[in-house]
Amino acid sequence: MTAMVQYDDALLREIEQFIYREARLQDEHEYDDWEALWTDDAIYYIPANGEGGDPENEMSMVYDNRSRIALRVKQFHTGKRHTQIPRSRLRRLVSNIELVKMEGEDIHVKTNAFIYESNHRGEVFWPTANEYRLRRTNGELKMSYKKVVVINNDKPLYTMSFLI
Amino acid sequence: MGAIESPNKWAELIRPEQIHGSMYSDPAIFQEELEKIWYKTWVYVGHASEIPNPNDYVMKSIGPQPVIMTRDKDGNIHLLQNRCAHRGNEVTVKQRGNARSFTCHYHGWSFNNTGELRTMPFPSGYEGVDKSKLSLGRVPRMASYQGFVFGSFAAEGPTLEEHLGAAKETLDRLALNSPEGEVAVTPGCLKHQVRANWKFLVENETDGYHPAFTHASIFEVSNSKIGDLYGDNSVSLCRYLGNGHSEIDPRPEFRRRGALLSWFGTTADRLPDYVAKMKAAYGEEKANQIMIDGTPHVMIFPNLFIAEIQVFSIQALAVNESVQHVTALQFKGAPDLNRRMRQQTMGSVGPAGLLLADDGEMYERTQRGVQMKNPEWVFLGRGKKREHLDENGFMVGTGTDEVGARGMWSHYRSMMEAK
Repeated sequence: MTAMVQYDDALLREIEQFIYREARLQDEHEYDDWEALWTDDAIYYIPANGEGGDPENEMSMVYDNRSRIALRVKQFHTGKRHTQIPRSRLRRLVSNIELVKMEGEDIHVKTNAFIYESNHRGEVFWPTANEYRLRRTNGELKMSYKKVVVINNDKPLYTMSFLI
Repeated sequence: MGAIESPNKWAELIRPEQIHGSMYSDPAIFQEELEKIWYKTWVYVGHASEIPNPNDYVMKSIGPQPVIMTRDKDGNIHLLQNRCAHRGNEVTVKQRGNARSFTCHYHGWSFNNTGELRTMPFPSGYEGVDKSKLSLGRVPRMASYQGFVFGSFAAEGPTLEEHLGAAKETLDRLALNSPEGEVAVTPGCLKHQVRANWKFLVENETDGYHPAFTHASIFEVSNSKIGDLYGDNSVSLCRYLGNGHSEIDPRPEFRRRGALLSWFGTTADRLPDYVAKMKAAYGEEKANQIMIDGTPHVMIFPNLFIAEIQVFSIQALAVNESVQHVTALQFKGAPDLNRRMRQQTMGSVGPAGLLLADDGEMYERTQRGVQMKNPEWVFLGRGKKREHLDENGFMVGTGTDEVGARGMWSHYRSMMEAK
């Protein structure tokens, strides 16, 4: 069994607030504020077919470096990203926030999320297990890594064009 | 109108330039398609490179029917059904693996990966039973071309090569882009479901009219040159290849540009290893021609779509539910090109794809649209006046014309009219 991470309550509260803020920015399509949460060397990773193995060699739903994250956001701003017109109506619950370990500058955090999406097609529920690496940059927490495992990714999934 | 039962039913619903909305939305027509198309013609199942080793297997499908694609100990490929010959239980619940045999967990019957029944427990109860008649179900015909494995539920009919016809050349052309002449489909599939009829996907795959509009957002922000291939000034072509197959042929445009790897939106100096290997393999002149022409963009009816750097398998699940199984093509001996093909594919396709999510949106909007009462018909007349036979006798139009869709529908109609 891994030893529990020693942390002070203030850090946990700060991390919780960060995670909740990210969730709200995603739900409310605040693309620029969301993009500003990432570090310059960030990786945004959504595996396909399970927990993910080697994203350099296997297909993933998303495996974005920082510049592709920016491209994704720019695409929303064109006003022609048809799959998000109108935007998905979203609300997510985030829980099970767990500080897993400290590694160098990065704080490893795990969470669960359950997302409700309503769009033209209908309604979709997206259950996810998330892994974050958070890093303090100029005094603020930023994401250097976020991995989103969509729990039912063994099955075909409908379009997932909102920020998850 | 979906209930028309006259002898001319299909001629009524499928006109030369007009398709009735019910063709995409009537559940009875979908059931008829399963029997007359999906469980009859050659359907793409998977690629031999997905099961490289003896006893590998992977779960695939033909329309709504699951199919296990296995490789036996001697290297032969089999298409089996996941149904125990005893009481109908599924014999495997895994998506892929390596196994000499499949054992049903209900009563322990065991089958070779060739389908034959090996053993049934407590055999004294089966005195006089002919074991050879109790195999796993098998897709009656299996054949492959350039490693692409197809199955047909019809015991008799045209051979795979007869079915592929002129589309064979596009798969040969694809393989030439490997310095070793071989394609692989190994990085695992994304599975993207859309609430739309499968024929909207087939029509769209060689529709060069939509990119400028459907994909305007990504062209605007990504410096992608794809959009230029489908403009009014492009010299790309849309060609009907017969038997339902069609291609967008951008080679005239790439030849006009005359630059190596322009088809991939890059330049020779960015992929020096690949360029060197191609020249070593084919000689300077032929290698240059291959690297100018690039890979094909071809829709092989009813469900295999090669999109330059991706391979899509379209699965019809229900009249209004379809799944695109998609992955990056890989060329043997081209690791630097392969890496970039995987990266571009992940950005473009699948549920979160910067391109395909917008196609999916169009499929779903169209599915809802065609169920509205008026105007009843889809109009596929673009380029009808300017289409013509090319030097090889194939109908061809400009890259934005609906030549491919019209051809697909004429073939579809002949299949639905067949007894």
